[in-house]
Amino acid sequence: MKHYSLPPKPKNSVFKKVRIIGITILVIAMYVWTFASIDIEWGRAIERAANNFSRVIPRLFSPDWSATGDVAMSMLETVLIAFAGSLMAAVIAVPLAFLAARNMMGGVIASTIGKWILSAVRAFPDIILAILFVVAVGPNAFAGVLAIAIGSTGMLGKMFSEIIESIDMNVVEAMEASGANKLQILFYGVLPQITPEFISYAIYRFEVDIRASSILGIVGAGGIGTMIIFASSNRNWNEMGTILLAIIIVVTIIDFVSAKIRRKIV
Amino acid sequence: MQVTLIFFIVLGFYLFSMSWTQQQMVGGFSGAFRNVFQVVEKFFPPNTAVISAIWGPMVETIQMAIIATTIAAILTVPLALLAAQNVTTFKPLYYVTRTFLNILRTIPDLVLAVIFVGLFGIGLFPGILALIIFSLGILAKLISETIESVDMNPLEAMRASGGNVFQVIWYALIPQVLPQYTSLVLYVFEINIRASVVLGLVGAGGIGLILNQQLGFYNYPNAMMIIILIFVVVIVIEYISTKIREALL
Repeated sequence: MKHYSLPPKPKNSVFKKVRIIGITILVIAMYVWTFASIDIEWGRAIERAANNFSRVIPRLFSPDWSATGDVAMSMLETVLIAFAGSLMAAVIAVPLAFLAARNMMGGVIASTIGKWILSAVRAFPDIILAILFVVAVGPNAFAGVLAIAIGSTGMLGKMFSEIIESIDMNVVEAMEASGANKLQILFYGVLPQITPEFISYAIYRFEVDIRASSILGIVGAGGIGTMIIFASSNRNWNEMGTILLAIIIVVTIIDFVSAKIRRKIV
Repeated sequence: MQVTLIFFIVLGFYLFSMSWTQQQMVGGFSGAFRNVFQVVEKFFPPNTAVISAIWGPMVETIQMAIIATTIAAILTVPLALLAAQNVTTFKPLYYVTRTFLNILRTIPDLVLAVIFVGLFGIGLFPGILALIIFSLGILAKLISETIESVDMNPLEAMRASGGNVFQVIWYALIPQVLPQYTSLVLYVFEINIRASVVLGLVGAGGIGLILNQQLGFYNYPNAMMIIILIFVVVIVIEYISTKIREALL
């Protein structure tokens, strides 16, 4: 009878063990450092919460319906900011994505530069961009549009360039071989492959931007955030309840609709 | 035909959005852009002398994100299990958890921070709380999707060969989910770092508070230095986290 034995267990190399131990020590050190030096004033927080609880929580759940009209207008402005911003971003992101895609510009240098631009833009939180634009063009909704446009360009550009990098290059080669010029390759070989996914990501980004633009008003860049900051400084928690409800409803509707559209496209 | 129609609707809505958002702008488009250059000049050169003063709040910001991510990562486990269709076979419970998570995800982090600051007063605690709730929504959704996509065969095999519930979870489920779980937690940590740098704008601790003060005093060179520091920290942490995630998957 033939004797069967299990295949030998893969050996953990010393290097791997050292690395795991090293990472564990680093993580533990990080936690010790964090919890040892963070300074939360528990006493004050608990005292404040005990005083404020009944003044905040029940009122959040009893929205002030008289503010509905104002809230609806602000929410509309928020949607418009998000739409103008993300459409602008979707347009600006396309050339940047082509620059950053390794298989398009034919050079590692160009794609590296493109990737660097995109990740540099991406590193700024939307609200920081909004602060800069509010200082630059004044406290209005257009500052919000610019902040959303720049913020989304970084993320969309990265997504777009990944889509371009994943296209089927055989089509492009076949067209090159049969004598098509660059423009023809772009229009008949590349664009049909990438357009549906580009649109899908742009719509997804619009979803994200609705959420982002609802807080831009906190730094003065228009939309419903302006009402949030007023309601909180006036301790008007009923109105805050209305605003929260409006955000939840609008975001849910837009998420739902956009998911439907995206499923149809791709 | 249909495409043209959609195109014109989108374009029309875009033009409407643009005109609406520019309504309150003084001096119109060209006036604003002339202004941009004057303002940009005010921000430069950034004042490097403030680095030592802002380093403390920056560290505090990172620590907020670390604590919030850790607590959210722990709290997310039961929630993610409840929101996974293949684990929670009791339908109403699954739908309730799903709906709860969906609502949680619609509320922006800063709005949560505003509410918690109203409740607990200014400081780090409301900021951390806001980050926990905010990241819980994202994390639980992503992880529940990971759990839903696991290969159920090893689980069945273990059950068939007599493993009890804990053995099945420990030896069949966790090894399948752990790499994704770690990767998603790191991803949410990145999001939290970005979110935590701005929480201070509404009084919830961290570097945003200082940024807000400096802008309030029209001290633009200091503000620029803070923004540059935020930029560097975000980039460095994202780079490290991306490298770790690449190594994991």
